[in-house]
Amino acid sequence: MSAHAKPVSRYTTAARINHWITAVSLILLALSGMALFHPSLYFLTYLFGGGQITRAIHPWIGVVLAVSFLGLFLRFFTLNLWNRDDTVWMKNLGAVINDKEEGLPEVGKYNAGQKLVFWGQSILILLLLGSGFVLWDTYFASYTTIDQKRLSAVIHALCAIGAILIWIVHVYAAIWVKGTLSAMTRGSVSGGWAWKHHRKWFRQEVGKS
Amino acid sequence: MSVMQALDLRRRSASSVPPPAAGKPAAVPVAKLIDVSKCIGCKACQTACLEWNQLDQPIGFTDGTYNNPTDLTTASWTVMRYTEYEHGDDLEWLIRKDGCMHCDDPGCLKACPAPGAIVQYTNGIVDFISDNCIGCGYCVKGCPFNIPRISQVTSKAYKCTLCSDRVVVGQAPACAKACPTQAIYFGTKEDMIAHAGKRITDLKSRGYQNAGLYNPPGVNGTHVMYVLQHADKPSLYAGLPDNPHISPLVGIWKGVMKPLSLAAIAFAGAFGLMHYVTRGPNRVTEHDEEKAAELAGSDKA
Repeated sequence: MSAHAKPVSRYTTAARINHWITAVSLILLALSGMALFHPSLYFLTYLFGGGQITRAIHPWIGVVLAVSFLGLFLRFFTLNLWNRDDTVWMKNLGAVINDKEEGLPEVGKYNAGQKLVFWGQSILILLLLGSGFVLWDTYFASYTTIDQKRLSAVIHALCAIGAILIWIVHVYAAIWVKGTLSAMTRGSVSGGWAWKHHRKWFRQEVGKS
Repeated sequence: MSVMQALDLRRRSASSVPPPAAGKPAAVPVAKLIDVSKCIGCKACQTACLEWNQLDQPIGFTDGTYNNPTDLTTASWTVMRYTEYEHGDDLEWLIRKDGCMHCDDPGCLKACPAPGAIVQYTNGIVDFISDNCIGCGYCVKGCPFNIPRISQVTSKAYKCTLCSDRVVVGQAPACAKACPTQAIYFGTKEDMIAHAGKRITDLKSRGYQNAGLYNPPGVNGTHVMYVLQHADKPSLYAGLPDNPHISPLVGIWKGVMKPLSLAAIAFAGAFGLMHYVTRGPNRVTEHDEEKAAELAGSDKA
Protein backbone atom coordinates (compact mmCIF):
# COMPACT_ATOMS: atom_id res chain seq x y z
CA MET A 1 0.00 0.00 0.00
CA SER A 2 1.33 3.33 -0.98
CA ALA A 3 1.90 6.11 1.48
CA HIS A 4 -1.06 8.30 2.49
CA ALA A 5 -0.99 11.87 3.66
CA LYS A 6 -2.15 12.67 7.20
CA PRO A 7 -5.83 13.55 7.63
CA VAL A 8 -6.40 17.25 7.07
CA SER A 9 -8.25 19.23 9.72
CA ARG A 10 -11.29 20.94 8.15
CA TYR A 11 -13.54 22.00 11.04
CA THR A 12 -13.01 22.84 14.70
CA THR A 13 -15.11 21.09 17.32
CA ALA A 14 -17.03 24.33 17.93
CA ALA A 15 -17.83 24.68 14.23
CA ARG A 16 -19.05 21.08 14.09
CA ILE A 17 -21.32 21.52 17.13
CA ASN A 18 -22.63 24.70 15.57
CA HIS A 19 -23.37 22.84 12.33
CA TRP A 20 -25.03 19.92 14.15
CA ILE A 21 -27.39 22.25 16.02
CA THR A 22 -28.25 23.90 12.72
CA ALA A 23 -28.74 20.54 11.01
CA VAL A 24 -31.00 19.08 13.69
CA SER A 25 -33.11 22.22 14.01
CA LEU A 26 -33.48 22.50 10.23
CA ILE A 27 -34.74 18.92 10.00
CA LEU A 28 -37.17 19.45 12.89
CA LEU A 29 -38.39 22.66 11.25
CA ALA A 30 -38.88 20.93 7.92
CA LEU A 31 -40.87 18.12 9.54
CA SER A 32 -43.06 20.36 11.69
CA GLY A 33 -43.46 22.92 8.91
CA MET A 34 -44.44 20.34 6.29
CA ALA A 35 -46.93 18.90 8.80
CA LEU A 36 -48.74 22.24 8.90
CA PHE A 37 -48.26 22.94 5.19
CA HIS A 38 -49.84 19.90 3.56
CA PRO A 39 -52.78 17.93 5.00
CA SER A 40 -51.26 14.68 3.70
CA LEU A 41 -48.30 15.28 5.99
CA TYR A 42 -50.32 16.32 9.05
CA PHE A 43 -49.44 12.95 10.63
CA LEU A 44 -45.95 14.35 11.19
CA THR A 45 -47.42 16.44 14.04
CA TYR A 46 -47.51 13.18 16.06
CA LEU A 47 -43.69 13.24 16.11
CA PHE A 48 -43.93 16.40 18.16
CA GLY A 49 -46.84 15.44 20.40
CA GLY A 50 -49.82 16.71 18.41
CA GLY A 51 -50.97 19.70 16.41
CA GLN A 52 -51.06 22.24 19.23
CA ILE A 53 -47.51 21.45 20.34
CA THR A 54 -46.22 21.37 16.77
CA ARG A 55 -47.72 24.80 16.19
CA ALA A 56 -46.26 26.12 19.43
CA ILE A 57 -42.78 24.63 19.12
CA HIS A 58 -42.06 25.29 15.42
CA PRO A 59 -41.28 29.01 15.83
CA TRP A 60 -39.03 28.36 18.83
CA ILE A 61 -37.02 25.84 16.83
CA GLY A 62 -36.87 28.56 14.19
CA VAL A 63 -35.26 30.91 16.68
CA VAL A 64 -32.69 28.24 17.54
CA LEU A 65 -31.95 27.76 13.85
CA ALA A 66 -31.63 31.48 13.19
CA VAL A 67 -29.17 31.99 16.06
CA SER A 68 -27.24 28.85 15.18
CA PHE A 69 -27.09 29.72 11.49
CA LEU A 70 -25.89 33.20 12.35
CA GLY A 71 -22.94 31.47 14.03
CA LEU A 72 -22.19 29.53 10.85
CA PHE A 73 -22.61 32.66 8.78
CA LEU A 74 -20.09 34.63 10.84
CA ARG A 75 -17.64 31.72 10.78
CA PHE A 76 -17.75 31.07 7.08
CA PHE A 77 -18.99 34.05 5.10
CA THR A 78 -15.52 35.34 4.18
CA LEU A 79 -14.67 31.89 2.79
CA ASN A 80 -17.82 31.98 0.68
CA LEU A 81 -17.21 35.23 -1.17
CA TRP A 82 -17.61 34.72 -4.90
CA ASN A 83 -14.60 34.89 -7.23
CA ARG A 84 -13.88 34.42 -10.93
CA ASP A 85 -12.93 30.77 -10.55
CA ASP A 86 -16.38 30.12 -9.12
CA THR A 87 -17.95 31.44 -12.30
CA VAL A 88 -15.76 29.09 -14.36
CA TRP A 89 -16.71 26.22 -12.04
CA MET A 90 -20.42 26.95 -12.42
CA LYS A 91 -20.09 27.10 -16.21
CA ASN A 92 -18.66 23.59 -16.06
CA LEU A 93 -21.26 22.24 -13.67
CA GLY A 94 -22.08 19.48 -16.16
CA ALA A 95 -18.49 18.19 -15.96
CA VAL A 96 -18.56 18.41 -12.17
CA ILE A 97 -21.66 16.31 -11.71
CA ASN A 98 -20.16 13.75 -14.07
CA ASP A 99 -17.07 13.54 -11.85
CA LYS A 100 -14.83 15.12 -14.53
CA GLU A 101 -13.59 18.17 -12.67
CA GLU A 102 -9.88 17.72 -13.51
CA GLY A 103 -9.49 20.61 -15.92
CA LEU A 104 -11.22 23.15 -13.68
CA PRO A 105 -9.51 25.82 -11.57
CA GLU A 106 -8.30 24.54 -8.20
CA VAL A 107 -10.95 24.96 -5.53
CA GLY A 108 -10.44 26.73 -2.19
CA LYS A 109 -12.20 25.68 1.00
CA TYR A 110 -15.54 25.89 -0.80
CA ASN A 111 -16.51 25.31 -4.41
CA ALA A 112 -19.08 27.43 -6.20
CA GLY A 113 -21.88 24.95 -5.49
CA GLN A 114 -21.15 25.03 -1.78
CA LYS A 115 -21.05 28.81 -1.88
CA LEU A 116 -24.46 28.90 -3.55
CA VAL A 117 -25.79 26.60 -0.83
CA PHE A 118 -24.33 28.96 1.76
CA TRP A 119 -25.76 32.15 0.28
CA GLY A 120 -29.03 30.52 -0.68
CA GLN A 121 -29.64 29.32 2.86
CA SER A 122 -28.47 32.66 4.30
CA ILE A 123 -31.01 34.61 2.28
CA LEU A 124 -33.83 32.09 2.73
CA ILE A 125 -33.34 31.78 6.49
CA LEU A 126 -33.41 35.56 6.80
CA LEU A 127 -36.70 35.66 4.87
CA LEU A 128 -38.08 32.73 6.84
CA LEU A 129 -37.20 34.45 10.09
CA GLY A 130 -38.86 37.72 9.03
CA SER A 131 -42.02 36.12 7.67
CA GLY A 132 -42.04 33.70 10.60
CA PHE A 133 -42.32 36.53 13.11
CA VAL A 134 -45.31 37.89 11.17
CA LEU A 135 -46.98 34.46 11.43
CA TRP A 136 -46.11 33.96 15.11
CA ASP A 137 -49.54 34.98 16.37
CA THR A 138 -48.92 33.96 19.97
CA TYR A 139 -46.70 36.98 20.52
CA PHE A 140 -46.81 39.14 17.43
CA ALA A 141 -50.38 38.96 16.08
CA SER A 142 -51.13 42.61 16.79
CA TYR A 143 -48.10 44.05 14.99
CA THR A 144 -49.15 43.32 11.41
CA THR A 145 -52.23 43.51 9.22
CA ILE A 146 -54.05 40.43 7.97
CA ASP A 147 -52.89 41.17 4.41
CA GLN A 148 -49.28 41.23 5.60
CA LYS A 149 -49.86 37.90 7.34
CA ARG A 150 -51.27 36.43 4.13
CA LEU A 151 -48.26 37.58 2.15
CA SER A 152 -45.95 36.25 4.85
CA ALA A 153 -47.63 32.85 4.71
CA VAL A 154 -46.88 32.61 0.99
CA ILE A 155 -43.30 33.86 1.39
CA HIS A 156 -42.70 31.55 4.34
CA ALA A 157 -43.92 28.49 2.43
CA LEU A 158 -41.98 29.41 -0.74
CA CYS A 159 -38.74 30.04 1.15
CA ALA A 160 -39.18 26.86 3.18
CA ILE A 161 -39.55 24.77 0.04
CA GLY A 162 -36.47 26.53 -1.39
CA ALA A 163 -34.50 25.79 1.77
CA ILE A 164 -35.58 22.14 1.74
CA LEU A 165 -34.53 21.79 -1.91
CA ILE A 166 -31.12 23.32 -1.15
CA TRP A 167 -30.84 21.02 1.86
CA ILE A 168 -31.48 18.02 -0.40
CA VAL A 169 -28.69 19.17 -2.74
CA HIS A 170 -26.41 19.74 0.27
CA VAL A 171 -27.06 16.31 1.76
CA TYR A 172 -26.91 14.51 -1.56
CA ALA A 173 -23.55 16.11 -2.35
CA ALA A 174 -22.22 14.73 0.93
CA ILE A 175 -23.57 11.28 0.10
CA TRP A 176 -22.28 11.29 -3.45
CA VAL A 177 -18.81 12.66 -2.73
CA LYS A 178 -17.32 9.91 -0.59
CA GLY A 179 -15.10 10.99 2.25
CA THR A 180 -17.06 14.19 2.90
CA LEU A 181 -19.06 13.14 5.93
CA SER A 182 -16.02 12.77 8.18
CA ALA A 183 -15.66 16.55 8.01
CA MET A 184 -19.03 16.81 9.78
CA THR A 185 -18.53 13.92 12.20
CA ARG A 186 -14.80 14.04 13.01
CA GLY A 187 -13.72 17.40 11.63
CA SER A 188 -11.08 16.01 9.29
CA VAL A 189 -10.84 14.71 5.74
CA SER A 190 -8.29 12.52 4.00
CA GLY A 191 -5.42 14.09 2.11
CA GLY A 192 -6.69 12.48 -1.08
CA TRP A 193 -10.11 14.05 -0.60
CA ALA A 194 -8.56 17.46 -0.01
CA TRP A 195 -6.35 17.05 -3.08
CA LYS A 196 -9.22 15.92 -5.31
CA HIS A 197 -11.90 18.38 -4.26
CA HIS A 198 -10.30 21.42 -2.60
CA ARG A 199 -6.73 21.52 -3.88
CA LYS A 200 -6.17 25.22 -3.43
CA TRP A 201 -7.32 24.99 0.20
CA PHE A 202 -5.16 21.86 0.68
CA ARG A 203 -2.08 23.69 -0.58
CA GLN A 204 -2.79 26.52 1.88
CA GLU A 205 -3.20 24.06 4.77
CA VAL A 206 0.05 22.29 3.87
CA GLY A 207 1.78 25.65 3.60
CA LYS A 208 0.72 26.52 7.17
CA SER A 209 2.39 23.53 8.81
CA MET B 1 -69.89 16.83 19.40
CA SER B 2 -73.49 15.84 19.32
CA VAL B 3 -74.04 18.33 16.53
CA MET B 4 -71.53 16.46 14.43
CA GLN B 5 -73.56 13.30 14.64
CA ALA B 6 -76.79 14.98 13.67
CA LEU B 7 -75.54 17.11 10.81
CA ASP B 8 -73.88 15.80 7.68
CA LEU B 9 -70.67 17.42 6.55
CA ARG B 10 -70.23 19.14 3.24
CA ARG B 11 -66.64 20.20 3.81
CA ARG B 12 -64.02 19.34 6.42
CA SER B 13 -60.75 21.26 6.77
CA ALA B 14 -57.56 19.58 5.53
CA SER B 15 -59.46 16.42 4.62
CA SER B 16 -62.04 15.07 2.24
CA VAL B 17 -65.57 14.20 3.16
CA PRO B 18 -67.52 11.18 1.96
CA PRO B 19 -70.88 12.10 0.43
CA PRO B 20 -73.94 11.57 2.65
CA ALA B 21 -75.48 8.14 2.71
CA ALA B 22 -77.43 7.27 -0.42
CA GLY B 23 -81.13 7.91 -0.19
CA LYS B 24 -80.76 10.41 2.63
CA PRO B 25 -82.53 13.62 1.66
CA ALA B 26 -80.18 16.55 1.08
CA ALA B 27 -80.13 19.11 3.87
CA VAL B 28 -81.87 22.37 3.09
CA PRO B 29 -79.49 25.34 3.17
CA VAL B 30 -80.35 27.67 6.01
CA ALA B 31 -79.66 31.36 6.46
CA LYS B 32 -79.92 34.15 8.97
CA LEU B 33 -81.24 37.38 7.58
CA ILE B 34 -80.30 40.57 9.43
CA ASP B 35 -82.47 43.51 8.48
CA VAL B 36 -80.26 46.48 9.32
CA SER B 37 -83.16 48.87 8.67
CA LYS B 38 -85.14 47.34 11.55
CA CYS B 39 -82.31 47.18 14.08
CA ILE B 40 -82.58 49.53 17.05
CA GLY B 41 -79.16 48.66 18.46
CA CYS B 42 -80.41 47.26 21.77
CA LYS B 43 -77.76 44.52 21.90
CA ALA B 44 -80.24 41.86 22.99
CA CYS B 45 -78.61 39.64 20.36
CA GLN B 46 -75.19 40.16 21.93
CA THR B 47 -76.54 39.24 25.33
CA ALA B 48 -78.45 36.24 24.05
CA CYS B 49 -75.29 35.02 22.31
CA LEU B 50 -73.26 35.25 25.52
CA GLU B 51 -76.01 33.54 27.46
CA TRP B 52 -76.75 30.65 25.14
CA ASN B 53 -73.09 29.90 24.45
CA GLN B 54 -72.17 30.40 28.11
CA LEU B 55 -69.50 32.95 27.26
CA ASP B 56 -67.98 35.43 29.65
CA GLN B 57 -67.02 38.75 28.12
CA PRO B 58 -64.93 40.55 30.76
CA ILE B 59 -65.99 44.13 31.48
CA GLY B 60 -63.77 46.40 29.43
CA PHE B 61 -63.66 50.08 28.56
CA THR B 62 -65.86 52.19 26.37
CA ASP B 63 -64.22 54.22 23.66
CA GLY B 64 -66.88 56.93 23.84
CA THR B 65 -69.15 55.26 21.28
CA TYR B 66 -71.89 52.68 21.54
CA ASN B 67 -69.50 50.03 20.20
CA ASN B 68 -69.03 47.81 23.21
CA PRO B 69 -67.00 45.72 23.16
CA THR B 70 -65.22 47.63 20.43
CA ASP B 71 -64.42 44.50 18.46
CA LEU B 72 -65.22 40.82 18.21
CA THR B 73 -63.44 38.78 20.87
CA THR B 74 -63.08 35.11 21.74
CA ALA B 75 -66.18 35.55 23.94
CA SER B 76 -68.14 38.09 21.91
CA TRP B 77 -68.97 36.24 18.71
CA THR B 78 -71.26 39.02 17.62
CA VAL B 79 -71.03 42.79 18.20
CA MET B 80 -73.15 45.72 17.10
CA ARG B 81 -71.23 48.22 15.03
CA TYR B 82 -72.63 51.75 15.04
CA THR B 83 -71.97 54.17 12.20
CA GLU B 84 -73.18 57.74 11.95
CA TYR B 85 -73.74 58.32 8.26
CA GLU B 86 -74.13 61.97 7.30
CA HIS B 87 -75.27 62.91 3.83
CA GLY B 88 -76.72 66.31 2.95
CA ASP B 89 -78.83 67.44 5.89
CA ASP B 90 -79.56 63.89 6.84
CA LEU B 91 -78.00 61.78 9.57
CA GLU B 92 -78.54 58.05 9.55
CA TRP B 93 -77.56 55.73 12.33
CA LEU B 94 -76.46 52.53 10.65
CA ILE B 95 -76.26 49.65 13.10
CA ARG B 96 -74.84 46.41 11.82
CA LYS B 97 -74.69 43.20 13.79
CA ASP B 98 -71.21 41.90 12.95
CA GLY B 99 -70.17 38.27 13.18
CA CYS B 100 -69.40 35.24 11.07
CA MET B 101 -71.12 35.40 7.69
CA HIS B 102 -71.02 31.60 7.19
CA CYS B 103 -69.67 31.91 3.65
CA ASP B 104 -70.79 29.24 1.25
CA ASP B 105 -67.14 29.09 0.14
CA PRO B 106 -65.45 29.55 3.53
CA GLY B 107 -61.91 30.99 3.43
CA CYS B 108 -61.24 29.92 7.03
CA LEU B 109 -61.89 26.30 6.16
CA LYS B 110 -59.77 26.54 3.04
CA ALA B 111 -56.82 27.93 5.03
CA CYS B 112 -57.12 25.56 8.02
CA PRO B 113 -54.27 22.99 8.19
CA ALA B 114 -55.78 20.85 10.98
CA PRO B 115 -58.04 18.03 9.77
CA GLY B 116 -61.58 18.57 11.00
CA ALA B 117 -60.92 21.75 12.96
CA ILE B 118 -63.34 23.61 10.68
CA VAL B 119 -66.36 21.97 9.12
CA GLN B 120 -69.21 23.06 6.92
CA TYR B 121 -72.45 21.19 7.35
CA THR B 122 -74.66 20.41 4.39
CA ASN B 123 -77.07 23.08 5.63
CA GLY B 124 -74.32 25.68 5.06
CA ILE B 125 -73.29 26.42 8.65
CA VAL B 126 -69.53 26.76 9.15
CA ASP B 127 -68.41 25.51 12.56
CA PHE B 128 -65.13 25.42 14.46
CA ILE B 129 -64.48 22.09 16.21
CA SER B 130 -62.26 23.14 19.10
CA ASP B 131 -60.95 19.65 19.81
CA ASN B 132 -59.13 19.63 16.49
CA CYS B 133 -58.06 23.29 16.47
CA ILE B 134 -54.31 23.87 16.90
CA GLY B 135 -54.48 27.67 17.28
CA CYS B 136 -52.30 28.50 14.26
CA GLY B 137 -54.39 31.49 13.15
CA TYR B 138 -54.57 30.42 9.50
CA CYS B 139 -58.37 30.85 9.61
CA VAL B 140 -57.79 34.53 10.39
CA LYS B 141 -55.77 34.79 7.16
CA GLY B 142 -58.37 32.88 5.16
CA CYS B 143 -61.38 34.90 6.36
CA PRO B 144 -62.45 37.79 4.09
CA PHE B 145 -64.42 39.37 6.96
CA ASN B 146 -61.84 39.36 9.80
CA ILE B 147 -64.01 37.25 12.10
CA PRO B 148 -62.10 34.47 13.91
CA ARG B 149 -60.38 35.34 17.19
CA ILE B 150 -57.66 33.21 18.80
CA SER B 151 -57.77 32.83 22.57
CA GLN B 152 -54.58 33.63 24.43
CA VAL B 153 -55.81 31.26 27.13
CA THR B 154 -56.80 28.15 25.21
CA SER B 155 -54.97 28.80 21.90
CA LYS B 156 -58.14 27.93 20.00
CA ALA B 157 -60.10 29.91 17.43
CA TYR B 158 -63.64 31.08 18.17
CA LYS B 159 -66.52 32.57 16.23
CA CYS B 160 -70.29 32.43 15.77
CA THR B 161 -71.59 28.87 15.30
CA LEU B 162 -74.91 30.11 13.91
CA CYS B 163 -76.12 28.20 16.98
CA SER B 164 -75.60 24.92 15.16
CA ASP B 165 -76.54 23.20 18.41
CA ARG B 166 -79.95 24.94 18.33
CA VAL B 167 -80.49 24.65 14.60
CA VAL B 168 -79.98 20.88 14.73
CA VAL B 169 -83.01 20.55 17.01
CA GLY B 170 -85.13 22.94 14.97
CA GLN B 171 -84.56 26.11 16.96
CA ALA B 172 -83.58 29.51 15.59
CA PRO B 173 -80.24 30.98 16.70
CA ALA B 174 -80.29 32.66 20.13
CA CYS B 175 -79.79 36.13 18.64
CA ALA B 176 -82.78 35.74 16.31
CA LYS B 177 -84.94 34.52 19.18
CA ALA B 178 -83.96 37.46 21.40
CA CYS B 179 -84.37 40.26 18.86
CA PRO B 180 -87.32 42.45 19.97
CA THR B 181 -87.91 44.08 16.57
CA GLN B 182 -87.53 40.92 14.50
CA ALA B 183 -84.62 42.42 12.70
CA ILE B 184 -83.06 38.93 12.71
CA TYR B 185 -84.86 36.18 10.84
CA PHE B 186 -83.85 32.59 10.48
CA GLY B 187 -85.05 29.96 8.04
CA THR B 188 -84.19 28.30 4.77
CA LYS B 189 -81.96 30.38 2.58
CA GLU B 190 -84.63 30.40 -0.11
CA ASP B 191 -87.24 31.77 2.28
CA MET B 192 -84.82 34.36 3.63
CA ILE B 193 -84.05 35.64 0.11
CA ALA B 194 -87.78 35.84 -0.61
CA HIS B 195 -88.44 37.66 2.63
CA ALA B 196 -85.59 40.06 1.95
CA GLY B 197 -87.20 40.84 -1.38
CA LYS B 198 -90.34 42.07 0.35
CA ARG B 199 -88.36 44.15 2.80
CA ILE B 200 -86.36 45.70 -0.04
CA THR B 201 -89.55 46.58 -1.94
CA ASP B 202 -90.86 48.25 1.20
CA LEU B 203 -87.62 50.18 1.75
CA LYS B 204 -87.56 51.34 -1.85
CA SER B 205 -91.15 52.60 -1.54
CA ARG B 206 -89.96 54.69 1.39
CA GLY B 207 -87.17 56.38 -0.48
CA TYR B 208 -84.24 53.99 -0.06
CA GLN B 209 -83.61 53.62 -3.78
CA ASN B 210 -80.45 51.57 -3.27
CA ALA B 211 -81.87 49.16 -0.72
CA GLY B 212 -80.78 45.60 -1.39
CA LEU B 213 -79.66 42.21 -0.17
CA TYR B 214 -76.07 41.54 0.87
CA ASN B 215 -75.33 37.98 -0.24
CA PRO B 216 -71.89 38.48 -1.79
CA PRO B 217 -71.15 36.28 -4.83
CA GLY B 218 -67.36 36.51 -4.26
CA VAL B 219 -67.71 33.86 -1.54
CA ASN B 220 -70.53 32.07 -3.38
CA GLY B 221 -73.09 33.79 -1.17
CA THR B 222 -73.34 33.67 2.61
CA HIS B 223 -75.58 31.96 5.12
CA VAL B 224 -75.82 35.20 7.08
CA MET B 225 -77.25 37.93 4.88
CA TYR B 226 -78.07 41.58 5.43
CA VAL B 227 -80.84 43.81 4.18
CA LEU B 228 -79.04 47.11 3.68
CA GLN B 229 -80.62 50.52 3.07
CA HIS B 230 -77.56 51.37 0.95
CA ALA B 231 -76.65 48.09 -0.67
CA ASP B 232 -74.64 49.97 -3.30
CA LYS B 233 -72.16 50.96 -0.56
CA PRO B 234 -71.76 48.10 1.94
CA SER B 235 -68.54 49.64 3.26
CA LEU B 236 -70.66 52.41 4.85
CA TYR B 237 -71.67 49.83 7.44
CA ALA B 238 -68.51 49.87 9.58
CA GLY B 239 -66.34 48.57 6.76
CA LEU B 240 -68.48 45.69 5.52
CA PRO B 241 -66.47 44.52 2.46
CA ASP B 242 -67.96 45.73 -0.83
CA ASN B 243 -66.81 42.65 -2.70
CA PRO B 244 -65.50 40.03 -0.29
CA HIS B 245 -63.52 37.12 -1.71
CA ILE B 246 -60.84 34.74 -0.48
CA SER B 247 -57.51 36.53 -0.93
CA PRO B 248 -55.62 35.32 -4.04
CA LEU B 249 -52.58 34.91 -1.78
CA VAL B 250 -54.52 32.37 0.26
CA GLY B 251 -55.62 30.77 -3.02
CA ILE B 252 -51.98 30.29 -4.09
CA TRP B 253 -50.83 29.20 -0.64
CA LYS B 254 -53.59 26.63 -0.25
CA GLY B 255 -53.90 25.80 -3.95
CA VAL B 256 -51.12 25.30 -6.49
CA MET B 257 -48.31 25.63 -3.96
CA LYS B 258 -49.16 22.45 -2.09
CA PRO B 259 -48.85 19.91 -4.93
CA LEU B 260 -46.07 21.83 -6.71
CA SER B 261 -43.95 21.94 -3.56
CA LEU B 262 -44.25 18.23 -2.88
CA ALA B 263 -43.55 17.53 -6.55
CA ALA B 264 -40.40 19.69 -6.44
CA ILE B 265 -39.14 17.88 -3.34
CA ALA B 266 -39.94 14.48 -4.84
CA PHE B 267 -38.19 15.49 -8.07
CA ALA B 268 -35.07 16.61 -6.21
CA GLY B 269 -34.96 13.32 -4.33
CA ALA B 270 -35.54 11.29 -7.50
CA PHE B 271 -32.89 13.28 -9.38
CA GLY B 272 -30.35 12.52 -6.65
CA LEU B 273 -31.22 8.84 -6.66
CA MET B 274 -31.01 8.61 -10.46
CA HIS B 275 -27.70 10.47 -10.44
CA TYR B 276 -26.26 8.06 -7.90
CA VAL B 277 -27.55 5.03 -9.78
CA THR B 278 -26.22 6.17 -13.16
CA ARG B 279 -22.96 7.86 -12.14
CA GLY B 280 -22.04 5.97 -9.00
CA PRO B 281 -20.24 7.46 -6.03
CA ASN B 282 -17.56 10.06 -6.43
CA ARG B 283 -14.54 8.38 -4.84
CA VAL B 284 -11.07 9.55 -4.04
CA THR B 285 -8.61 7.45 -6.08
CA GLU B 286 -5.35 5.98 -5.01
CA HIS B 287 -3.76 8.44 -7.42
CA ASP B 288 -5.30 11.33 -5.44
CA GLU B 289 -3.91 9.91 -2.19
CA GLU B 290 -0.46 9.61 -3.74
CA LYS B 291 -0.54 13.17 -5.00
CA ALA B 292 -1.68 14.33 -1.56
CA ALA B 293 1.15 12.44 0.13
CA GLU B 294 3.57 13.93 -2.39
CA LEU B 295 2.44 17.41 -1.42
CA ALA B 296 1.97 17.01 2.31
CA GLY B 297 4.40 14.26 3.14
CA SER B 298 3.47 10.76 4.10
CA ASP B 299 1.75 9.81 7.34
CA LYS B 300 4.25 7.05 7.85
CA ALA B 301 7.36 9.05 6.99
